[in-house]
Amino acid sequence: MTPVTEADLQAYVDGRLDPERRAAVDAWLASRPEEAERVAAYRRLGAEVRAAYQTMVAEPLPEGVARFARRRPRLRQAALAAAWLALGAALGTLATLELRPVAPSVAPGGEVVMARRAAIAHATYSPEVRHPVEVGADQEAHLVAWLSKRLGVRVRAPKLHEAGFALVGGRLLPGETGPVAQFMYEMPNGRRLTLYVRQEPPRHVETAFRYARERNVSVFYWIDRDCGYAIASSDLGREELLKVAELVYKQLEP
Amino acid sequence: MDEAQRLVDLIPRLRRYARALVGDRSGADDLVQDTLERAWSKLHLYRRGTDLRAWLFTVMHNVHVNKLRAVRPTDSLDEDMLELAGRASQADALLVRDLDRAIGRLPADQRAVLLLVTLEEMSYEDVARTLGIPIGTVMSRLSRAREKLRAMMLGETPPATKLKVVK
Repeated sequence: MTPVTEADLQAYVDGRLDPERRAAVDAWLASRPEEAERVAAYRRLGAEVRAAYQTMVAEPLPEGVARFARRRPRLRQAALAAAWLALGAALGTLATLELRPVAPSVAPGGEVVMARRAAIAHATYSPEVRHPVEVGADQEAHLVAWLSKRLGVRVRAPKLHEAGFALVGGRLLPGETGPVAQFMYEMPNGRRLTLYVRQEPPRHVETAFRYARERNVSVFYWIDRDCGYAIASSDLGREELLKVAELVYKQLEP
Repeated sequence: MDEAQRLVDLIPRLRRYARALVGDRSGADDLVQDTLERAWSKLHLYRRGTDLRAWLFTVMHNVHVNKLRAVRPTDSLDEDMLELAGRASQADALLVRDLDRAIGRLPADQRAVLLLVTLEEMSYEDVARTLGIPIGTVMSRLSRAREKLRAMMLGETPPATKLKVVK
């Protein structure tokens, strides 16, 4: 019989020996009461350690951890965000180089670009766990005042509780012609949507809701007086998002 | 994505391990949050079919090492201890406190091995993979950790307290 090693004793404590080896260790311990007591103490301590921390497994997750648990990876979005940024830049260049000379007054082109940029911004920031926004909803007045000042137009953060969304906060983003604002909203279950707002040149146009889908981000966008809006989400279906878009539109009517 | 769900299901165990490793609740929850953040962003590196638990605990181990939290607070808050013990009796609460302190005094390397083997009941192979050490090192650290823990529990608590188990 191979001699009993310390590793054998540890595996014996953990119940990880095959029956044959276990029998050999049993026999070995039978004539060594001190070693037998040591092994028994290890087993007892193991049970006590498991019991000591058991409450950690049984209790519900604290809110801080639960928040992180809800933020599932959005790998495709995260990976695509980079691709979109490149694509968006390319399209932006193309639009500048080609669309402008060919059709200088193609207004819808600008809105399509806005929708795409809103989708990119959504894909970029909505998976963010630690820093989804620059200014949180707890400073809403400050947020709105700041964004209004930077955009040069009065913006507001609509209340979307009716649709189950609470404001997380907002951030300032670079747009094609100037700063744009992004507001982020979240449901208790972690689903998010973002509202992208930019100032429109005074063209006195108003458009109907348009729908765009960039990969898995749904976008409704429209222009109303001096602002262009795009509401984006990868967590909501088209119908759900439309309801939120209508809610936003209603609230932003002067 | 079912890996994500399986990962979420592992969180309570991740917290348990973190709590024993770090020594206090808020430190443990910080570690869990950082681990989850890292895990979400690295999940595409996880190879399907391999052990997700070992992978997740490896992520936590790396985060923990990076945070250089090897030194636990020498004395955890008593209220934290009592919370750990839940509705257990006073004697149990004392035992839990002593155990927790003793575990906190183990060298960090040995503590991690002991907790993965004891709390997580991981195989030695998985512990080796999780911590990135040879299996022989797992065995020697386990042996030393157990012996130290036994000595501390024998030496520092009166037998009456230590052995009293209230059903």
